Amino acid sequence: MKRQLSRRSILGSITAAVAGVLAAPAARAAKAVVQKLLVTADASKNYDPAKHKWVMAIDANRCIGCGFCAEACKKENHVPEGPYFRTWVERYIIRKPEAGSGTARGETVVDCPNGGITGYPPAPWPKEEIQHSFFVPKLCNLCKHSPCTQVCPVGATFDAPDGAVLIDPKYCIGCGFCIQACPYGCRFFSPVTKTAEKCTLCYHRITRGLKPACVEVCPTQARIFGDLKNAGPEDPIQQFYQNNLVVALKPHLGTEPRLFYAGIDKEVR
Amino acid sequence: MTNALTSIAVATNVVIEVMPHPEGYVYPNEATLQPLWSVLIVLYPYVTGLVAGAFIMASLVRVFNVKALEPVYRLSLLTAFAFLLCAPLPLLFHLGHPERCYEVMMTPHLTSPMAIFGFVYAWYLMAVLLLELWFDYRRDFVVWSESTAGFRGILYRLFTVGVTDESDESVELDHKIGHILSVVGIPSAFLLHGYVGFIFGSVKANPWWGNVLMPIIFIMSAMVSGIALCVFNYMVLSWIRRRTVDMKCLDVMGMYLFYALVVDAAIEALDWIHRIYSAEEGFQVMQYMAREKLFYTLSLGQVTCGTLMPLILLGVLQLVRRRVPDLQRRRMYFSSAMLILTGVLAMRWNVVIGGQLFSKSLRGVMSYKMEFTGLEGWLMGAVLLCLPFVVLTILVKLFLSEQLPASGHVPHREPATPALRPAQG
Repeated sequence: MKRQLSRRSILGSITAAVAGVLAAPAARAAKAVVQKLLVTADASKNYDPAKHKWVMAIDANRCIGCGFCAEACKKENHVPEGPYFRTWVERYIIRKPEAGSGTARGETVVDCPNGGITGYPPAPWPKEEIQHSFFVPKLCNLCKHSPCTQVCPVGATFDAPDGAVLIDPKYCIGCGFCIQACPYGCRFFSPVTKTAEKCTLCYHRITRGLKPACVEVCPTQARIFGDLKNAGPEDPIQQFYQNNLVVALKPHLGTEPRLFYAGIDKEVR
Repeated sequence: MTNALTSIAVATNVVIEVMPHPEGYVYPNEATLQPLWSVLIVLYPYVTGLVAGAFIMASLVRVFNVKALEPVYRLSLLTAFAFLLCAPLPLLFHLGHPERCYEVMMTPHLTSPMAIFGFVYAWYLMAVLLLELWFDYRRDFVVWSESTAGFRGILYRLFTVGVTDESDESVELDHKIGHILSVVGIPSAFLLHGYVGFIFGSVKANPWWGNVLMPIIFIMSAMVSGIALCVFNYMVLSWIRRRTVDMKCLDVMGMYLFYALVVDAAIEALDWIHRIYSAEEGFQVMQYMAREKLFYTLSLGQVTCGTLMPLILLGVLQLVRRRVPDLQRRRMYFSSAMLILTGVLAMRWNVVIGGQLFSKSLRGVMSYKMEFTGLEGWLMGAVLLCLPFVVLTILVKLFLSEQLPASGHVPHREPATPALRPAQG
C-alpha cells in the first residue's frame, strides 16, 4: 500500500529528525560518562580529557644515553623486570666507509642492552673509524591512526581524547594482537598482569598536572612534553616545532605518529 | 642441581629453559623467551583450515554431485564437525585472560579482524555445520532410535528433537534444506578460513604477514589439508574396520587433492616471486629467515615434503593411474596425504613463528626452541592436535557405526531409497 503524505506524518518526521540531532550530544556525553566510570585509566577525578592534547617530542641531539628515563619509567610504572620496557634508549653507531669502497658510509650497529638502563659497552670500533654515534629514546609513537587500537578485538585499548593511547587492564583479554600490530615494538605482554602494556605518558601523573617520569628525570631536556591545546608560543613543545625540522618513524606505514624526532638519521627505524 | 638439569637437558634434548638469543638488534620488548604467538597459534589456523577443507570435500558430493565421493561424504562432515569443536581451544588457552573471552562476543570491536571470529565461528558451527548434520541424519536418527536400545537409543531419540516424520515429503524437505545449507556453507567455509588468513594478512607492521594474498593462501592450503585429512581418515577407518577401500572414491579424492595442490602451490609461488622481485624493505631479513632460521620447516617441510613430493606422487597417478596396481596406489595416496598434512602444518609454523623470529626493527632475528611441557610446549601441542581425532572417534562410533542399520541415505537430490529396517521382534 502506498504511504499517504499528510501534514501530520511530515511534522512527525521533522520532529524525529530534530530529536535525533538534539540527542546526539546527550548520547556523546552519556558515552563519556560511561567511559569514565568503566575505563580504568588512573586519571584524576577532576580531569577532563577533552581539554588537553598531550604530545611528546624527542630532540636526539640532546640525548646523552644516560638511561635515566628508562629506569625512571620502570620504577614509576612498576614495569616487570626483564625484557619489558615502556621506553628505552637505542644507541646507533655508524662506521666510516673503508677507503676506496665507493660507499658513503660503513656498517651501522644498534644496541640497547637492558633498555639502556645499565649503560652501553664500548663501541666496537675505535673513535677514528666512527662516522656518527647517537642515542635515540623510544616510546609509544602516539599514532593518529594507531594499528594497535584498530586490531584490539574487545576495544580494551583505545585512543583517549587527550592524545594518549591507553589500555584498560581490567578489560584486556591478553590476546597479544596489539603487540603484533605495533610497528615500533612499544607494547609488551606483562607476565604479571597477563595483559598488554605500554607507555601511557604516565597518565596518572599528567592528569594531575605533573610531567611523565621520563621527562622529569631527563638531565638534558631531550624529551619535550606538552599540551597542544594549552601551549603558548613560548612553550617548550612549540619552541621545539619552531626550531627543528622533524621526522616520524616508519612514515610509510601510514600510522601518522604524533611523536616527532629531531636529529635522527635514516638508519633509525 | 642446575648442572644436573643441564646435563639431563643436553642428554635428552628436552629443553628446560633457553635464554633469549637474538642476533643483530631486536627491540628490547622482542627479546623474550618465546614468540608471543607460539605453538597454540600455529595449531589454531591449522585446525580451522582442516575444518574448512573437510567441509568443501563434503560439499563436492552434495552441491557438485560428485557421486564417486559418496563413501566419504558423512565422514568428511563429521571430520569438519570434530575439528570445528576443537578449533577455538588453542586460541582460548593462549589468552592471558581466557575468563574474559566472552567479551569478544559481548563487546566486539568491529575494526578488529579477531573480533569477528566469534561470530564467524558461531555462524559456521550453529547455522551451517550443526544444521546440515542434523538434516542429513534426521531420518536415520528416527530409524536408529527405534532399533537401538539402551543409552544410545535414548541419545538418538534426543537427537531427533521429536521430529519423527518419515514421510517422503519430509525427507525431500530435509534434502532441500541440506542442499541449501551446503550451498551457504561453501562461502561460509571460505569466510571462516579466509578470515583467519586476514588476521595475519592485516598486520602491516610485519612484512612477513602483511600481504594481500594471505587470505587466499590460507583458503587454498586449507582445502588441500582438509582433503588430505579426509583421505587419511577414510583410509585409516577402512583399515581399522578391515574394509576394502573404494578405489574409485580414492582416485577422485586424489584428483581433487592434486588440483587443489597445484593451485595452492601456484599461489604460494606467486607470493614468493612477488616478494623476491619487489624486494621491499625487510626483504634481506626475510631472505635470511628462509635460508637459515626456517630452513627445515620451509625448504624441507613446506616446499619439498609438503608440496613437491605430493605433487609428483599425485601427478604421476593422474597420468598413469590405470597402470599402477591398487595396493601401490593406496600407498601413494596415503603417503601424499601424510606429506601434505605435515607440509601444511609446517606452512602454518612458518607463517606464525616465522613472522615473529625477526625484529620489526628489521635489524635482527630471534631464536626459538619449543619447550616440552608448559602451556606452549610440545606436549600441549600434541594433545590439542590429537583431541579432534578423539572427538572424531566418538562421533564415528555414534554416527557411522557398523552395528547400526545401514542408512539408505544419499547426499545428493535423488529419491531416497528406504532405509533397511531390522526385522521386528
